Amino acid sequence: MAGAELGLGHYMAVSAALFTIGVFGIFVNRKNIIVILMSIELILLSVNINLVAFSVFNGTIMGQVFAMLVLTVAAAEAAVGLAILVVYFRNRGEIAVEDVNVLRG
Amino acid sequence: MSFQEVAAILIVLSPGLAAAVAALGQRVLGDKGAMTITTGIVVSAAALAAYQFFNHAFGAASEPTTLILSRWFNVDTFIADWAIRIDALSITMMFVVTSVSALVHIYSIGYMAEDPHRARFFAYLSLFTFAMLMLVTADNFIQLFFGWEGVGLASYLLIGFWYKKPSANDAAIKAFVVNRVGDFGFALGIMALVFMIQPAAGVNYGQFGITEFSSIKFDTVFAIIANNAPVQVIGQAAATPIQEVTFDFLGVHVWGLEMAGILLFIGAMGKSAQFFLHTWLPDAMEGPTPVSALIHAATMVTAGVFLVCRASPLYAVTEVASNVVTVVGAVTCLFAATVGLAQNDIKRVVAYSTCSQLGYMFFAAGLGAYGAAMFHLFTHAFFKALLFLGAGSVIHGMHHEQDMRYMGGVRQPMTLTWAMMLIGTLALIGFGIPGTEIGFAGFFSKDAVIESAFASDSAFGPFAFWCGIAAALLTSFYSWRLMFMTFEGKYRPNPHAHHDDHGHADDHAHAAPKDGRAPAHESPWVMLAPLVLLATGAVFAGVLFKPQFLTSNADNFWQGAIVRDADPLYGPHGVHAYGVASETHAPAAEAHAEPADAHAEPAAAGEHAGEHHELPAWVVWAPFTVTLTGFLGAVIFYLLAPGVPRRMAANGGPMHAFLSHKWYFDEIYRFVFVKGAAALGDLFWKVGDKKIIDGLGPDGVTSTAKAGASGLSKLHTGYIFHYALVILVSAVIFVAFVLAGQGR
Repeated sequence: MAGAELGLGHYMAVSAALFTIGVFGIFVNRKNIIVILMSIELILLSVNINLVAFSVFNGTIMGQVFAMLVLTVAAAEAAVGLAILVVYFRNRGEIAVEDVNVLRG
Repeated sequence: MSFQEVAAILIVLSPGLAAAVAALGQRVLGDKGAMTITTGIVVSAAALAAYQFFNHAFGAASEPTTLILSRWFNVDTFIADWAIRIDALSITMMFVVTSVSALVHIYSIGYMAEDPHRARFFAYLSLFTFAMLMLVTADNFIQLFFGWEGVGLASYLLIGFWYKKPSANDAAIKAFVVNRVGDFGFALGIMALVFMIQPAAGVNYGQFGITEFSSIKFDTVFAIIANNAPVQVIGQAAATPIQEVTFDFLGVHVWGLEMAGILLFIGAMGKSAQFFLHTWLPDAMEGPTPVSALIHAATMVTAGVFLVCRASPLYAVTEVASNVVTVVGAVTCLFAATVGLAQNDIKRVVAYSTCSQLGYMFFAAGLGAYGAAMFHLFTHAFFKALLFLGAGSVIHGMHHEQDMRYMGGVRQPMTLTWAMMLIGTLALIGFGIPGTEIGFAGFFSKDAVIESAFASDSAFGPFAFWCGIAAALLTSFYSWRLMFMTFEGKYRPNPHAHHDDHGHADDHAHAAPKDGRAPAHESPWVMLAPLVLLATGAVFAGVLFKPQFLTSNADNFWQGAIVRDADPLYGPHGVHAYGVASETHAPAAEAHAEPADAHAEPAAAGEHAGEHHELPAWVVWAPFTVTLTGFLGAVIFYLLAPGVPRRMAANGGPMHAFLSHKWYFDEIYRFVFVKGAAALGDLFWKVGDKKIIDGLGPDGVTSTAKAGASGLSKLHTGYIFHYALVILVSAVIFVAFVLAGQGR
């Protein structure tokens, strides 16, 4: 079952799939902003998978260290994003993406 | 500085000060304060001017002097001062202007009593007085032009004083625009003088009494013309004596001085409402009546006559220009009199009569009788101001009814006004007994004008004479028509009473007449007193000042302020020779005034072959006869058979239509000039400006920018995911480019 061995290509395929799902989550989603935040998390995760996979396959620890950093930043970003959302909800009473277009020209 | 000089400065400048104070301080001063200040100052100026005038005429006549206030222009030979020239001409004009102005100020206190903008009105009146005084005391053409435009401005402001009336605004604009036509000619005339009068090399101008060579100062210009001094015309090779200068004007080779004279006279035609440029004067009656009396009868409209008399050294040597003045004056004098026959507005009748009298002055001046012209100007100021103020009193008493068809029977309620108007009428028609010194003011001056025309050897003398006689007939007829229609007969109420109300709320205004008397009231004394004073002038101004202006004392009075050598009647070579030929103007006199014997030839052609120095009796009696005829005609038509003229007007024959439409001048001008100008303006406005300049210029740029911006702003949806998509796509394209570049 040599062919069943997990190669770098598999990891990158998962990562690419996650990234694409994340991007589409941002564009196609018309419902609410929380989904956008979740999509951003997905994109970050796909990047993390890439980093860890390359790290293991290259035999260096660098990528894994960097993945820890990205996780931290992602957590902070989720916290700030949710906080903004809460304030935004207080002001507007809703968080539907359709209605967030104050910048329209 | 002598008393005379101080007085002159005060006379000229104080009305300007009064105008400024009244205009700027009307909030603080209020109507009463503004009225008191302006009237007080102008009355004081009039007192000083009267003292100067009487002193000059009966006391010690002073040598002409010029008082320099400050330098204005000093560019090469274009040198002009703010100056006060004190000579017989300016002293006479100062007296006329300030005295009529003072009386009009006083009269206006009564006439304008109900007007809410009295302070503004009095400020304008004083401004006018100031500008007019600057005009008459100028010692150069530029200051004269300043005053000329100043009175034009004041006239515009005062005609349009009731600015809420569209007709008053139209009339003000018409007066201003028509005057612009004349002023353009005037400006060209000044330019012609500057063009010609440049110093020639190697000529000592000191020998002509010129201390400072200036192309626009009267002293220089007239000394050069009188002495036929050589001048260096700009752009011509050699110096030429001034009377032989020629140049090209509009492609025509013309005599320089003749052209300058004609151009200056075009200015005078505009200001003095002469034929072709007269159309503004009747419309100017839209202004308040005191304004009509001051500006459009006594003073401003005579500025043209003053200009011709001031420039008499020029006109004395220009035959063609003088003939133009004569013909235009004579035609105006007859034309305006015919139109006066068919007018129904009391003020318009008097306005056309003014126009006609100005015609008399001009043809007198054109024939060289500058003294007679100035004399008629002088007497005319009194009786015409009197007639206007009298008409104003009637209008005031009749609650702003101006149409004579709806008057009648005004004599009993307004006896004093009637008496004053009667004096004014007698003075206007020139009533007096020929051959004696008994008569009203107009008798002396008008007969002098008419007899001058007869005595003149000019080719156009007889034409002017017959025009003057015919106009005298018509003047008498329409003046008595005015008197009879207004004051006699039964009151004829206006069927469609349209009194524009200036606050007259009294009910008896519209009460039906019971005894044929008009429902009028006599005017207050503040209005009647000026009438009485003007009537005094209208009675005595002629008999008192004839020796000064024309006969025994004339040389001493004028002191060379006007050229008297060519005067056909009273000049040194005239029929009744008074005075001696002055040395300075000798060449001019030789050119135009024949010796007395040859001179009296037209007079002698008839039955009086032997008497060279007497006018034939029929000439002396002719004005009296036609005046009497006019009177009898008016008696028949307007007292004995008042139905006849009414039927004639109702039938509307072509003659009546022609006259009541003022020879269709307004219609022709509207068709030719107004419509043409409007069409041209429309073309430039709608096609040239709106479509081409605006369409391609500002409007085009803004509309393109606006359309572009609104198109671009559609991209700005405000949805985050749109922005994110654009960022992503851009990033992909960018990375693709970079990678593609690396792969190569």
